[in-house]
Amino acid sequence: MEKLLWIIPAIPFAGFLFLVVFGRRLGDPGAGWIATTAVGGSFLAVVAVFVELMGNDAESRMLHQSVFDWIAAGRFSVGFGLLADPLSVTMCLFVTGVGALIHLYAIGYMKGDPRFSKFFVYLNLFITAMLMLVLGDNLLLTFLGWEGVGACSYFLISFWHEDPANASAGKKAFVTNRIGDWGFMIGTFLVWTTIGSINYLDISEAAHSGRIVGGTAVAIALLFMVGAAGKSAQLPLFVWLPDAMAGPTPVSALIHAATMVTSGVYLLVRLNPVLHEASWANDVIAWVGVITALVAATIAVSQNDIKKVLAYSTVSQLGYLFLAVGTRNYVAAIFHMVTHAFFKALMFLGSGSVIVGMAHEQDMRKFGNLRKYMPITAGTFIIGWLAIAGVPPFSGFWSKDEILAGAWAENKVMWALGLLTALLTAFYMSRQVFLTFFGTEKWREPVTAVHHEASGEGVEESTAAENAHSNDHDHGSHLTPDHTPRESPWVMTLPLVVLSLLALVAGVLNLPFSSGTKHLEHWLEPVVGSHELGVEGSQLVVLAVVAVLCGLIGIGFAAMVYLRGKGSPAAIERAEFAHGWYIDEAYSWFMGGPGRKFFEAVSWFDRTVIDGVVNGVAAGVSATGSGLRLAQTGRVRNSAIGIAAGTVAVLVYVVVRMSV
Amino acid sequence: MILQVLAQIPTDGVTAPLVEESTSRLVTPRIPWSYLTPQLILFLGAVIGVALVALLPKRLPKYLSALATVVLAAGTLVSIVPLWGRVGNAREGAISAWSGAIGVDRFGLFVTALICLAVLVTALFADSYLRREGLDGPEFYLLLMTAAFGASIMAISNDLIVLFVGVEILSISSYVLTAMHARRVTSQEAGLKYLVLGGFASAVLLYGLALIYGATGSTNLLQIQVFLSERVLTSDGLLLGGLGLMMAGFGFKVGAAPFHMWTPDVYQGAPTPVSGFMASAVKTAAFAGMIRVFVVGFGSAAELWRPIVFVMAVLSLLVGSIVSVVQSNVKRMLAYSSIAHAGFILLGVHSATERGTSAALFYLASYTAMALGSFGIVALAARRGEHLQKLSDLRGFATAHPGLALAFALLLFAQSGVPLTGGFIAKLGVIGAAVDQGDWALAVVAMITAVISTFMYLRIIVSMFFVGGGDHGEEPAGFEGPPVNVSWTSMVGLGIVVVATLFLGILPGTVKHWSNQAVVEMVRDSGR
Repeated sequence: MEKLLWIIPAIPFAGFLFLVVFGRRLGDPGAGWIATTAVGGSFLAVVAVFVELMGNDAESRMLHQSVFDWIAAGRFSVGFGLLADPLSVTMCLFVTGVGALIHLYAIGYMKGDPRFSKFFVYLNLFITAMLMLVLGDNLLLTFLGWEGVGACSYFLISFWHEDPANASAGKKAFVTNRIGDWGFMIGTFLVWTTIGSINYLDISEAAHSGRIVGGTAVAIALLFMVGAAGKSAQLPLFVWLPDAMAGPTPVSALIHAATMVTSGVYLLVRLNPVLHEASWANDVIAWVGVITALVAATIAVSQNDIKKVLAYSTVSQLGYLFLAVGTRNYVAAIFHMVTHAFFKALMFLGSGSVIVGMAHEQDMRKFGNLRKYMPITAGTFIIGWLAIAGVPPFSGFWSKDEILAGAWAENKVMWALGLLTALLTAFYMSRQVFLTFFGTEKWREPVTAVHHEASGEGVEESTAAENAHSNDHDHGSHLTPDHTPRESPWVMTLPLVVLSLLALVAGVLNLPFSSGTKHLEHWLEPVVGSHELGVEGSQLVVLAVVAVLCGLIGIGFAAMVYLRGKGSPAAIERAEFAHGWYIDEAYSWFMGGPGRKFFEAVSWFDRTVIDGVVNGVAAGVSATGSGLRLAQTGRVRNSAIGIAAGTVAVLVYVVVRMSV
Repeated sequence: MILQVLAQIPTDGVTAPLVEESTSRLVTPRIPWSYLTPQLILFLGAVIGVALVALLPKRLPKYLSALATVVLAAGTLVSIVPLWGRVGNAREGAISAWSGAIGVDRFGLFVTALICLAVLVTALFADSYLRREGLDGPEFYLLLMTAAFGASIMAISNDLIVLFVGVEILSISSYVLTAMHARRVTSQEAGLKYLVLGGFASAVLLYGLALIYGATGSTNLLQIQVFLSERVLTSDGLLLGGLGLMMAGFGFKVGAAPFHMWTPDVYQGAPTPVSGFMASAVKTAAFAGMIRVFVVGFGSAAELWRPIVFVMAVLSLLVGSIVSVVQSNVKRMLAYSSIAHAGFILLGVHSATERGTSAALFYLASYTAMALGSFGIVALAARRGEHLQKLSDLRGFATAHPGLALAFALLLFAQSGVPLTGGFIAKLGVIGAAVDQGDWALAVVAMITAVISTFMYLRIIVSMFFVGGGDHGEEPAGFEGPPVNVSWTSMVGLGIVVVATLFLGILPGTVKHWSNQAVVEMVRDSGR
């Protein structure tokens, strides 16, 4: 088995290569089925590895394959090795599992797209890169996957690049991620200069034996936090994720909710031995997480685009994961990552189903009562909603509760902010569900009514304009008042049903009742070590009850406003929320103003000084060449003189060297 | 003639005595023919070919000569495979034959294999080229075979005289090949230039050889090795003079500056497949001879000749790259680039280590593929009447023939040393060998000139792919002239070199391993 680990990323890669060559000939839907099969095959391979690992003791629960020596340059050597331990296998399971479901869904969603096969080419390449990221046994290999998923994310966000807004959303994601990648790279360099290796096993060993300590550990942790904040869309680098919703909805579900955006958290968990030494860096991570969670949740309250709500919700949930990592509650982080992958992928796919059913309209204010027309989508979406809102016994309740309990043990303020976020989460998700699936069929109302309402609030107008650029399809909306929504085909609803079941029961992975029910904790123990929560049983129950109450308050409040029509939505959907606290605007202002001046200065320097030197050298070469060219007359006697002169020069050397 | 010279060698107990002491009868040395199969195939192929051409009726199928050449070259390659195992294993090992005049070792076999590959690909390209130019006939292929025979003799010679004979066989064939295009004045002129200058260089080489004989009392490399290791020279003037002159001769043959002046003229004037053959096989053979003589034979005197190679390498790198930038003729550009490549290979020679030899061999292998392919594409793109002269003649080539343009671009990128091509690994190898010996200056010069030559390669690529206005602002024009016909034989040839270039770049391990094994082993003639 150890020798066969490479098969896991190789299958989707083979699918990618196959589709590059034959994809267009296979077309719609053949290419999609090939891609889905490839990811499904990879999933089966991961399951096989998982079963094998399950049979091992905790100490030997690891498979390590060195495929070949990748780079060997002096003292620096990197092997192309794959590491399957409980952490990476857990990631692989949901990457390939959820990935296969989303591939299946995309066959239905992308039906009729002119670049159908290309979409699956990118998707398979993405899965390959994601698996490399997770399975790589060293930082460089992870970085390879890290950049690979980044590139695929860029391709897929701007998949419908005919619309310049989609193309610029892709660019935004790419550029923002570069800032994070900088942290990753410098962090890698620092690790190498500190311990002379970038292999995870060496890093772990070095951290345990005290070779990464103090300031170095803090610096490494913070640098990787920057990297993770870019990929996992944390403050202040989260601005790309909402825009990334310009991509097709399966992409949003796969890349920007379930898998890629969690890779930052994965990286931090992978480096937990270093974090263990990095005293206050952990607090920074936790604070970044909890503030991101809160800020994103407030923004989500005011979004009208069905996918934007989910996007900000994703940012907010990723903030929870950071909070868990920062409070050294790694099991909870992975637990919530898994459950979040289920319910958020479910809701994204559900929103995609709604978007298809509603002729590519994404404005929730034009929906309503869709449960009548799309029962499966509605039913599964409601399960996802209850899960994220933290209603027991849905999976989200268990995982979120564990994070909050961990925060309580660490810092009461963090806990309170987390709880507030949970309340907001329940509120905005309920708002989404009520606006979309309940109430009146608002698209049947005269257009002016909606318009009037919108123009009543100056804010909404500009938000709508902004939201417009994230419109899923370039063909935009064709929603007419006599439109009758229809349920999506089985390839789209089947993944919804499977994911909703998972979202329902995934809590059993790690139930807090006794040591015997904490499966995930025992499973991950070889990687993250054992962690005492520091919260007593009775306290835990109280905390859980408080959390549930908060969730119910959020739901109830939303029901009051959006179902009963009591209270004004405008009072809640505030302008600063809708504008994302003006963070994006501030960046734009800075980059357009003072930043631009600086960059122009840099550009001037590059043009005049650097290019001047380069061009000067080039001109020098050219002049020398022309000069030397003159010596080449093409006459035999001149050539002969050249040879003779060379020979004489050699003989002169001989005379000088001679030791008579 | 050879035997006479050998008979004069003073026997100091190193070689098996040529003259048995009991009798005064000259004993002809025993020859292990089976070890010489590759050379025999090439030689007999050429000789029997001449006879057949004279005897058989004139009206033979036109493809027959090319086919026969390809078959013979492939047969030679196949015959090398079992020999590679035989000379490599511990029981048999490398052998020395013909009273030590010839040594069959993996180095010689590696080089012979490269030469055969060059013959094979040249024949594939030449078939359609010669027919297009109205030159078809068996003569070209026969000369190709004799040239390859001479080249392979150089690769396995352990004696300076044998080496010189190989050089001459190769050179004379090359002179005629260069002048092959009877109707083109440039070809005639190039042939004559090559002949005159080549004769000049041969004289220098031979004079150096004579001085070495005078200094060491032998022309046998093994005996010279032993002689040098056993004695401390009180006066090394003679030896140094010999080394210097031989180096000058070899410098001419490999096309290294300052002995490079013939290269641009000859490469430009010669029929284009011949230019490719000269850049690949002739250069390979000359480097093989150089390595055998200097790195191995005079390995203990390395400190004497290394400075000469140093200067030659630096000059070749600089001249090759800088002058190529200002050229406007595509074939001349490739000629200058071949000078720069010679400079790179000299890096491997200069290090005078096994690693350097191995790196030089790998470089020769990858350059063989790149040069054959580049000149082959130029031959195709030129069409009947050599339409391709100036760089601007390539304009619009990519639109008209995307496949060929892509292959050409790949080969040029490989020559400039872009990763994932053989050129990168090759450059890495020789620079690594130089750094190993502490020759930082040489390595830095090599890297800088690599950048300069990249500019020249990019100029060719740009002129193919970007149709924009020309240098003088004239209207952008497409690819002009008659259409390019790509015969299937050329396609096969091109396929081989493109695949080889990528293979050497992506999976260099196998060939790297072979080139590491291909060390020169000089053993005594055991009379086997």
